[in-house]
Amino acid sequence: MEQTIKEVLILSGKGGTGKTSIVGSFAHLAENKILVDCDVDASDLHLLLAPKPTETHDFKSGVKARVEVDKCSGCGMCAELCQFESITMGETAVISPLNCEGCGVCAHFCPEEAIVLEENHCGSWYIADTAYGPLVHAQLFAGEENSGKLVSHIKNQARQLAETTNTGLILIDGAPGVGCPVIASLSNVDLAVVITEPTLSGKHDLDRILDLTEHFKIPALVCINKWDLHSEMSDSIEKSCNDRGANVLGKIPFDRQVITCQIQGVPVTADDTSLAGYSIKAIWKKLKEHL
Amino acid sequence: MQIAVGSGKGGTGKTTISTSLALSAGTDVQYLDCDVEEPNGHIFLKPKLTHRETVVVTVPRLDESRCTACGKCRDICAFNAIAQFGKTVMIFPEMCHSCLGCFRVCEEDALIEDTREIGILESGMAGDIHFVHGRVRIGEAMGVPLLKAVKHKAEQDRLTIIDAPPGTSCPFVESVNDADYVILVTEPTPFGLHDLKLAATVLKNFKIPSGVIINRSDLGDDRVQRYCDSENIPVLLEIPFQRAIAEGYARGINLVDTVPELRTVFSDLLTRIAFEVAQ
Repeated sequence: MEQTIKEVLILSGKGGTGKTSIVGSFAHLAENKILVDCDVDASDLHLLLAPKPTETHDFKSGVKARVEVDKCSGCGMCAELCQFESITMGETAVISPLNCEGCGVCAHFCPEEAIVLEENHCGSWYIADTAYGPLVHAQLFAGEENSGKLVSHIKNQARQLAETTNTGLILIDGAPGVGCPVIASLSNVDLAVVITEPTLSGKHDLDRILDLTEHFKIPALVCINKWDLHSEMSDSIEKSCNDRGANVLGKIPFDRQVITCQIQGVPVTADDTSLAGYSIKAIWKKLKEHL
Repeated sequence: MQIAVGSGKGGTGKTTISTSLALSAGTDVQYLDCDVEEPNGHIFLKPKLTHRETVVVTVPRLDESRCTACGKCRDICAFNAIAQFGKTVMIFPEMCHSCLGCFRVCEEDALIEDTREIGILESGMAGDIHFVHGRVRIGEAMGVPLLKAVKHKAEQDRLTIIDAPPGTSCPFVESVNDADYVILVTEPTPFGLHDLKLAATVLKNFKIPSGVIINRSDLGDDRVQRYCDSENIPVLLEIPFQRAIAEGYARGINLVDTVPELRTVFSDLLTRIAFEVAQ
């Protein structure tokens, strides 16, 4: 019988709240799952999971314009048409690939047909084995803009892998922010878990990420990391979450052992002396009831 | 002079450092929060926001009475924002990158210039600091035009501090590409170092001078220091973890108000950077 696949996405809005350390721990605790790192820009999950790649692929998306210098008459029409400030005129047109969004308008209108559109190789993606199950992850090249498409791509790959291996759970580490890669990572997700911290910045960004999950009608639960760094702020976050129907799954204390484990490259839940590790175990137990 | 503060990894202290620099700069300084997805600078600078504008991009709207369903607008659109089913043309404004190609190929004047709101831009004074930030509309995937609008407010003759978004993809590059100097804030952990390397590589490619601040410098090991030594990147400052700083941060109190003696450290740092940029 075909199993339904549940997708759980870990988000934070604000960066540095402990998202990846917690996903690494969930990876250690969960049985039979596929792991995905959707932070394709500055991904760190692989540093905890020591993946051994079994597949490596180029990621190509969109096009970039290039001037064939010998054909260019230097008329400047392309520079006038470009909306992305990517073309400057010298003797010929000069295109900055970084600003080019690949709309192709310059190539379409060039009277000399001197602009060609070339497929854009903008990153790599991998399927890898880890001690805790398969990991699908990716690296977008610096300065590239197709992060949303790369996120959608690796999520589709993870889903296919889950189907062929009859795996019921996909556990996803998301990107910070509320923009393109986060929106792409939300598609098909059954449950979002937002990791926050008891600071005004954390609270501000949590509110925005919960606005986003509500916008896409995805149920969300919250964990407060390092809650004891400001217990009053933690209480206030807990109350405002409950008021808007995003329940707090649990709280994790500030624990220097989290950093020691990161340096050793092991999930904090694998360390029997860590208080944070015990709290994450309790959170995982509660989270499982929601799946 | 324009100084951008970035990090690669989120949550290392970009906003703490950039607001501290702005507060230690004396008069005539501008602070631009370019993290339009999650702007936090206002929490620490508490500006009086006196100006607010909606930032929009141009998108097409169909005038069905004029459209002949020739398919030219669909063909030129590289972003799948225009689809055609038989004689029916459909426009998906949220997919549009505003290249204006469709308007230029339509021979029937069947496309009307409409707008999509991508966010708001607010500005005002925070004491002596000229403050600007953008806030992207929830659900909007394209924040870069808003970021550009924030950056557009930079004034040539004024010291400008840019608080950059995390990561190293296009929003980061857009925030730092005009900077005279970039400060990368990191922490001495495997995650901090990994993302620092990505950001430092971008800056090296752009030939933008940079230095590193190691925040919570005692929570980790010496890997960041060793990397900076090997790459000849100066370590400008190390800030050890202090519960008082973390508690102040939690309540929106700036670092230089929690630890006032750091004010001169930051103003000296600005002098040092100005000297290096002038070289």
